[in-house]
Amino acid sequence: MILAIDTSAGSSVAVVDRDGGVLAARTVADTRRHAEVIGSLIDEALREAGVAPSDLSAVVAGRGPGPFTGLRVGIAAARAFAFGAGVPCLSVGSHDAVAFERLSAEAGRPVTTAGGRLDSPLVVVTDARRREVAFSAWSGLDDDGLPVLAAGPALTKPADLDEATGASSSWPRTDPDATAVSAAALGMLAERLFEHGRAFAEAEPLYLREPDVTPSAGPKPVTR
Amino acid sequence: MTATREPLVLGIETSCDETGIGIVRGRTLLANVISSSMDEHARYGGVVPEVAARAHLEALEPALAAALAEADVTVAELDAIAVTSGPGLAGALMVGVGAAKALALAAGKPLYAVNHLVGHVGADVLREDGSELELPTIALLVSGGHTSLLHVRDLVDDVELLGETIDDAAGEAFDKVARLLGLPYPGGPQIDRVAEGGDPRAIRFPRGLTLPKDLAKHRYDFSFSGLKTAVARWVEQRRSEGGAVPVADVAASFREAVADVLLTKALAACADRGVPRLLLGGGVVANARVRQLAAERCAAAGVELRVPPLSLCTDNGAMIAALGAELVSRGRAPSPLDFGADSTLPVTTVQAV
Ligand SMILES: [Zn+2]
Repeated sequence: MILAIDTSAGSSVAVVDRDGGVLAARTVADTRRHAEVIGSLIDEALREAGVAPSDLSAVVAGRGPGPFTGLRVGIAAARAFAFGAGVPCLSVGSHDAVAFERLSAEAGRPVTTAGGRLDSPLVVVTDARRREVAFSAWSGLDDDGLPVLAAGPALTKPADLDEATGASSSWPRTDPDATAVSAAALGMLAERLFEHGRAFAEAEPLYLREPDVTPSAGPKPVTR
Repeated sequence: MTATREPLVLGIETSCDETGIGIVRGRTLLANVISSSMDEHARYGGVVPEVAARAHLEALEPALAAALAEADVTVAELDAIAVTSGPGLAGALMVGVGAAKALALAAGKPLYAVNHLVGHVGADVLREDGSELELPTIALLVSGGHTSLLHVRDLVDDVELLGETIDDAAGEAFDKVARLLGLPYPGGPQIDRVAEGGDPRAIRFPRGLTLPKDLAKHRYDFSFSGLKTAVARWVEQRRSEGGAVPVADVAASFREAVADVLLTKALAACADRGVPRLLLGGGVVANARVRQLAAERCAAAGVELRVPPLSLCTDNGAMIAALGAELVSRGRAPSPLDFGADSTLPVTTVQAV
């Protein structure tokens, strides 16, 4: 049983099980209220699934890419929850979850059903703010039904996508304004990675951009 | 000490560049672990919010583990968790808020979202000499992120903001003047060091918002931007005339101007409000001259001066835990799960509800 959390786009939380599938899933599309909603989403998902923290075998964090401030809320929550529950916190790329969900659908099955090979390419494109997008190219699903990365993830200007995606420039792309990241897909992907003994991603968030170096002017005065 | 068991509370603080995890049992300090990203900000001459937020995310879990080990308690033993929900840097605060909510849910503990500035006042209850925080008190809280003057009548129920900086925080002024003098970041200790041999009366730098016309509207407010500019002008003029800059005198005179205006206003508040106590908090308390002048002026005015140990003055999680413990002791309900990070949370909101 896994608690999956992704805040790389909106805020999404799910409780999934390898055999039982998606036990509960909660998503808020708002891309500016991660800190506000994350607690309630976790609480509601666990209650609906009827799962106690001690029932979990791991917590999985969507590591991005995504706008930093929101992305960090989910990763911080995933790490802290895992710490509190005494279970490992694992990382899965947020684009991996999108590719897994879309390609599984294309193969005619939900993310909860283990599947096989699919040769159908896809470029996942998500908003990266500052008039840039994050993209990753996927050639399809492998024999275990897991998405196969061809290029990325990386950042580019929308107008430069053709050049940036190179060999995959003619592949179908997701619409960055309509590409949500589902924690249910993220969690089920994690279950499949476990099942097939695959490696998980690095724990570090996928920022793909260096910090702005303008020092803070400090918090604004509270009054007047 | 009461007969009932005092609450065991873990506090999480991420409002600026220190990741602080503290654990208290009532008013007893059990752990105070601080992981600072100060070194990463040094080359930029000030706190870079994104750098601070990234550092919080990486420091949180190790700091949690270290604090629990230091206090020799487990998450399961905690009675509550407290977290700073503001004021501070929004992106930095959100790391702590997200983590605190998840930790509280995982451990099944009540969560209290508290005010960072009031936390600085709460730090005083943790003094090792066991002396009580006496109220009411005026509190002067000065750091790189804030410069605030409070009138505290009750730690959780009655905190009034008398004034604050209208531009730079005092700590920022230290950083900027240090940079002007070619000294490294953070500026406070550097200015303190080079000012040692200088004459604080060598140059009369302006005291912001102390003229009668300003006092009418800003009696307890601070302004350090004009001071910083005045120092810059003085130094530039000296350089353009081809003269050597007397760094020690400039540093001492600048430091004197800051300390003077901070304590003049703080003691004015004590006098106006009839409060014979002044509490200092925030990283600038580390400044030797600020502490010295505070001692002199308070003694002269018959005001009792309280200065918590430095490790509890700079931003830390123990002060947040202490304030949380105070709320628990008084039977306050936990904060709801949907509070957010509020970069401008007013001091009148001691707990987000
Ligand atoms: Zn502070």
